[in-house]
Amino acid sequence: MGTSVFYFVATLSVFFALMVVFAKNPIHSVLYLILTFFTFTVHYILLNAQFLAVVNFIVYMGAIMVLFLFVLMLLNLNKQNEPNKSTLLRVIGVIAGGCLAVTLIGSLKSVAIADPLVLKNPSLGLVENLGKELFGPFMLPFELSSLLLLSAMVGAVLLTKKEEKTNG
Amino acid sequence: MGSLFENMQGVPLNHYIWFCAIIFTIGVIGVLVRRNAIIIFMSVELMLNAVNLLLAAFSVHHNDPSGQVFVFFIMALAAAEVAIGLSIIVMVYRNTQSIDINVLNRLKW
Repeated sequence: MGTSVFYFVATLSVFFALMVVFAKNPIHSVLYLILTFFTFTVHYILLNAQFLAVVNFIVYMGAIMVLFLFVLMLLNLNKQNEPNKSTLLRVIGVIAGGCLAVTLIGSLKSVAIADPLVLKNPSLGLVENLGKELFGPFMLPFELSSLLLLSAMVGAVLLTKKEEKTNG
Repeated sequence: MGSLFENMQGVPLNHYIWFCAIIFTIGVIGVLVRRNAIIIFMSVELMLNAVNLLLAAFSVHHNDPSGQVFVFFIMALAAAEVAIGLSIIVMVYRNTQSIDINVLNRLKW
């Protein structure tokens, strides 16, 4: 079977990503996004980055998607009430994106790193190796990211709190 | 798991770059085409994921774990960004009864 797994999963992720953008119902978009993230998890497993696969599975498919679904259902947006952009604007958007894709791929074509991906160190993406890296040279950024998460939590609570009516 | 990777050894790095460029472009098109603020957020998530996968592929290519550590940091950042962004969307919805980003066009001036 060789490398065909990669191409199969890549096709699936491109298809699901397109469905995320072009689905009419926002709920369907979220569900397709979950499938897209699942295919990305498979990509990480194929790269033997097991830690990233597990983190992707838990953080994206667990936390972030539940957040999206909760917000969609709290706002009661499951009906299609999005006013359509004019067809001209849509076509212009797709053309602009296509230009970006052509530019990216064309400019990266000249780089031509065509050697096949070879894993020199099979334990590269395992938890032990990454943990040593994370708590060694990356200690300070790691602690700072915990601070970032704390401030995001406080900010989210502060933003969504109902404002007190001040009578004055 | 190891034998699974051995099947993968043949994929050229080029194809990872093309694949991630395509996913990133789909995210950009989503931001340009849609007006629903939540779907725009999802498109941003798609772009972040494309970059994450490319970082992981390059980390395997260079045999350097720093790339995967960066992906971990980007995931933490994405979680924080989604929490803040969705709370802003909830607040906008509470004030305008709509999540069409066109109602926010007064932010331009």
